[in-house]
Amino acid sequence: MDINEIIKPENLVYTKPRLMNDNPMHYCPGCSHGVVHKLIAEVIDEMGIEEETIGVAPVGCAVFAYNYIDVDWIEAAHGRAPAIATAVKRLNPKKMVFTYQGDGDLAAIGTAETIHACNRGENIAIIFINNGIYGMTGGQMAPTTLEGMKTSTCPYGRNVALNGYPLRIAELVERVDGTCYVTRQSVHTPAAIRKAKKAIRLAFENSMAGKGTSMVEIVSTCNSGWKMSPVKSNQWMEEHMFAKYPLGDLKNV
Amino acid sequence: MAKIKGAVVVNKERCKGCELCVVACPSQVLALQPTEVNDRGYHYAFMQNPDACIGCASCGLVCPDGCITVYKVKL
Repeated sequence: MDINEIIKPENLVYTKPRLMNDNPMHYCPGCSHGVVHKLIAEVIDEMGIEEETIGVAPVGCAVFAYNYIDVDWIEAAHGRAPAIATAVKRLNPKKMVFTYQGDGDLAAIGTAETIHACNRGENIAIIFINNGIYGMTGGQMAPTTLEGMKTSTCPYGRNVALNGYPLRIAELVERVDGTCYVTRQSVHTPAAIRKAKKAIRLAFENSMAGKGTSMVEIVSTCNSGWKMSPVKSNQWMEEHMFAKYPLGDLKNV
Repeated sequence: MAKIKGAVVVNKERCKGCELCVVACPSQVLALQPTEVNDRGYHYAFMQNPDACIGCASCGLVCPDGCITVYKVKL
């Protein structure tokens, strides 16, 4: 059968989500952000809450998230996305409010906002992209950088005596009472991507149902910051990141 | 057994040649262009072995830039 006979609208099984627009993304080739953007766009479309959704974009690589997904967005100051989301959700309780943050934003400068938003049990969903590095500013050490991992500000590897231990945010917010759903997922294989999509959907449903704060941590790659090819960095993530950041649900009430 | 045949269309101007689809494909259908590049200078992905495609959409799922559209028919 000729290829042109297969390529017909009725045979379509997968395409770019409708809510993701045609702007070329500024992310590096192979960046996990793109996959998570796609999942968010798909979930919002499937739930039919396009008009009800308000996203809060962070500072970091995902700062231009509002250019790529066609829903309403607010740009927050560095680390303050959960605080902005709190205000938005309290003023518009019927809206689905989510934040999209990286580890430099959420786990470093925004730790206080994150933990207190979770502790208050704000009905927001937090999508947390953890790649263990500050991607946007040139690969500096983040609180989530692994022990011994080389970055531009710890070129001999993270030294625990000097820099402390990697911060496990998901375990931290799992302990506070305001969270209803805390999970850690990844997007390195098709199976993992399907699971991550389910997790994002559940988090968004919790936000709509007013059950409390949901956090979906996505362990992801930063191939430019890690100085590897996209394929290599996925392998490196499986070998090293998952030991410190094991995948799975931590809390689901 | 019903035979399934798929086809992949890559938006080659959007493709950044990250190679994730090439690795994700279970039947080694996709490859990166060895010499040709798109307007932005990336070696974009293409169907090197179109007959083997089963339309599983693994390539589409892993593509970070959403450049891949997958079609499938039952023969």
